[in-house]
Amino acid sequence: MQLKSHARTLAIALSLAVVAGCSSTGGSQDGDMDGGLAGSDRDGVSTGTADGRGVSGDRAGQMTDADGRIPATRTIYFEYDSDAIRNEFEPVLTAHARFLRANPSATVILQGHTDERGTREYNLALGERRAGSVERYLNVQGVSPSQVEVVSYGEERPAARGANEQAYAQNRRVVFAY
Amino acid sequence: MNILKTTWLAAMLMLFTSLAQAADLTIEITRGSDRATPIAIVPFADGDDMPQDIAQIVSDDLERSGYFEPLERGAMFARPAGSEEVSYGEWRALDVRYLVAGRISREGDQYRIQYELMDVSGESRMIAETVTAGRQGLRDAAHYISDQIFEEITDIRGVFSTRIAYVTSSGVGDDTQYALHVADADGRNSQQILASDEPIMSPAWSPDAGKLAYVSFETERPAIYIQDIASGRRVRATSFEGLNSAPTWSPDGRRLAMALSKDGQPEIYVMEIGSRDVRRVTNDSSIDTEPAWSPDGRSLLFTSDRSGGPQIYRLELDSGQAERITFTGDYNARARFAPDGEAIFLIHRGSNGYQVARQDLESGRLVALSDTGQAESPSVAPNGTMVIFATQQGGNGVLGGVSADGRASFRLPAAQGDVREPAWSPFLN
Repeated sequence: MQLKSHARTLAIALSLAVVAGCSSTGGSQDGDMDGGLAGSDRDGVSTGTADGRGVSGDRAGQMTDADGRIPATRTIYFEYDSDAIRNEFEPVLTAHARFLRANPSATVILQGHTDERGTREYNLALGERRAGSVERYLNVQGVSPSQVEVVSYGEERPAARGANEQAYAQNRRVVFAY
Repeated sequence: MNILKTTWLAAMLMLFTSLAQAADLTIEITRGSDRATPIAIVPFADGDDMPQDIAQIVSDDLERSGYFEPLERGAMFARPAGSEEVSYGEWRALDVRYLVAGRISREGDQYRIQYELMDVSGESRMIAETVTAGRQGLRDAAHYISDQIFEEITDIRGVFSTRIAYVTSSGVGDDTQYALHVADADGRNSQQILASDEPIMSPAWSPDAGKLAYVSFETERPAIYIQDIASGRRVRATSFEGLNSAPTWSPDGRRLAMALSKDGQPEIYVMEIGSRDVRRVTNDSSIDTEPAWSPDGRSLLFTSDRSGGPQIYRLELDSGQAERITFTGDYNARARFAPDGEAIFLIHRGSNGYQVARQDLESGRLVALSDTGQAESPSVAPNGTMVIFATQQGGNGVLGGVSADGRASFRLPAAQGDVREPAWSPFLN
């Protein structure tokens, strides 16, 4: 019994050594398990090198052409436990809808976020519902569904820290990531 | 066996010294159980300086379980190293029910730990065993001793040699770093098995404890991965449009239940891991997520807000029928079965915020277990005696533990950053 336990610990230690050895040279993690990772996966993925964010307009350079600029306000906020678009943010959504209609090649990711209260996986679903509410609003305004994608982060990427209503209010949001 | 063990441990020593240790978690017992059995674990006679205090590790293990109340060392008037040195009457006078004593000798780079468990009232020896370990195996040896003592007295298999997985985050905003770790059940010997600058969520152990399924956003979309812990190899199991979340392994290890939103709103699906075929098992216009398998593999718990707020439902996989099972309060989510299938542990929002609760399935009675208001992610020990969960302390995410009867609790804070989403491993063998 104990031997097995030690053996497993050893195996973990070995794997860590392997991972550590691979992280700089990259790319052997998919190995021979069935399926495998897509070849486009970056190196050192087991030790974490996910590059790039796409959070705030890092592709904006492609878009600022004659058809206009991406609206400056790219975050809208929500009430607690609600996916309803607040009246004050309707002009923001309208501006994004106008931009997307005028630039059919432009695409946007709607990133849905929640505050930290409640369970993480349920919040992930709530964040998707929130971003989906914005997506429907854009579609009604004539934006092509192919231009819009929803990605929920739930409570995983807070904009503000702290267990208080001020932080919660900043975290209940949908971000337009072009 | 000892010869083999020597080889393993010597190899481990070399490996561990060459690896940077991640910051361990440290146990703080916050409440002992008022029904705990008094036990004395006498410091082991060791002669030399020991790199680990074996008796203290055993004592901490047993206290953390909530089943035992170890006698403080200052109250021990004698320090027997074996049963032949014990005057039982003196320990009876201290109201001690059980006594553990031992001695450690060193042979080369090996430590020989002889320990005995004694029944004080019966004046009898219950265990006498010798365990051999190298320097790096001393904590494992101590947890093994704790398991033997716990099972001998309670008839319940100990979980002190099991492991936990958990997610950490550090930094703020766009600089946040996320990592997935595996550590001993007491938070020590932590090892990072994945790091990313995008979120990592929902680690779930395979029934053989060899793999973890989890959600990673490393491609800037959520996807479910399965990683072999020993080899570090991994595969992407799902990357459907929309949510890919909340994977949990079927008891036979052949299927994953998960929440996907590829067909619209989040629904529960079951994937055959071998073929990657996914079958949708819920169909409702609300959120359905957080699936958990029953021990017999025939039903799933899940969270749904089809009634207006999140509640727990139980789905019979053969019939496809789902039945609501929580009715206390307006927020019940992320349930997990007790190993005997007779109760569930879940997050319940009550007058004191979000708490870990236990609901007996036959009576339907729900009891809050944790005293903090920000609990998340309960995970049940494989013997059903304890639940580990995420909570907050001083503005940081920490892990908490509570006995299944709510009487004993502990905390596992990290030196820095946030810790969350603990997942308790199955038995390792």
